[in-house]
Amino acid sequence: MALDESFTGRVYPPSSTFEVSREKIREFADAIGDPSPLYRDVAAARAAGYPDVIAPPTFAVIISMKANDVIISDPDLGLDYCRVVHGDQSFVHHRPIRAGDRLVAVAHVDSVMSRAGNDFLSVRAELGTENGEPVTTARATLVARGTADAAKGASQ
Amino acid sequence: MSSTDTAAGRRGAAEVSVGDELPPLSVRITRADLVRYAGASLDFNPIHWNERFARQVGLPDVIAHGMLTMALGGRLVTDWAGDPGAVVEYGVRFTRPVVVPDDDEGALVEFTGKVAEQREDGTFRIDITARSAGQTVLGRAAAVVRLA
Repeated sequence: MALDESFTGRVYPPSSTFEVSREKIREFADAIGDPSPLYRDVAAARAAGYPDVIAPPTFAVIISMKANDVIISDPDLGLDYCRVVHGDQSFVHHRPIRAGDRLVAVAHVDSVMSRAGNDFLSVRAELGTENGEPVTTARATLVARGTADAAKGASQ
Repeated sequence: MSSTDTAAGRRGAAEVSVGDELPPLSVRITRADLVRYAGASLDFNPIHWNERFARQVGLPDVIAHGMLTMALGGRLVTDWAGDPGAVVEYGVRFTRPVVVPDDDEGALVEFTGKVAEQREDGTFRIDITARSAGQTVLGRAAAVVRLA
């Protein structure tokens, strides 16, 4: 069944707070094999002009993916998560995420579209501090393969 | 104003020209790397660690997290820039999966990058390619960096 296109523009309530720790940044940097001292060494980060260690450019996905879960699991939207693949991902960093940040994410549905039997869901998570400072805009396209009405028969 | 007043290792805008190529980066991704990335990113989708499940959903084998491939492409840029905080935008399309066999070799992913544009605000756009098993695995991969 095709997704309900009237979901376009829907905004979900803010997520719970994600407190960014030095340890989580270090763990993530280790997992991507990146030895940069700016992820691990507070003195090096301060020497580079940051208040604390900063996070790698894709660290925000931990928070944005969790924020997007509220959309993906919305029973009214009816997305079949087993069929979902990650089509694209982008980040705009208004400033680097850093240790000590207390971030809240607001999930948005930017578009819902069916094409060639697939559903395309463009979602956006706006990450900001609890005080309202914008930090990162994370956009993703989720593709649900072969769930649109037009695909019936053809894609099976 | 460019490189002289920045911290050691940080690249200054004056050192960069459109057309410059970034030092390439080759990374071997093994199953152990996928487990580590799953834990760090909290992405526990079984297609990244469970061969039986991956095949059930039509994949040839376990595949790497697209976000791990994206993160490694980010390393290409941040290694070159010398400052991860210089990356103000980064986006990719996931065009093909990186298949990771259950052996000690894993999958080799090779990244290259090139300075494609200097934008009006002084930032640079870096275009990135990522290849594995002879095929590109990311599409339209590009980062925008703001250098001192």
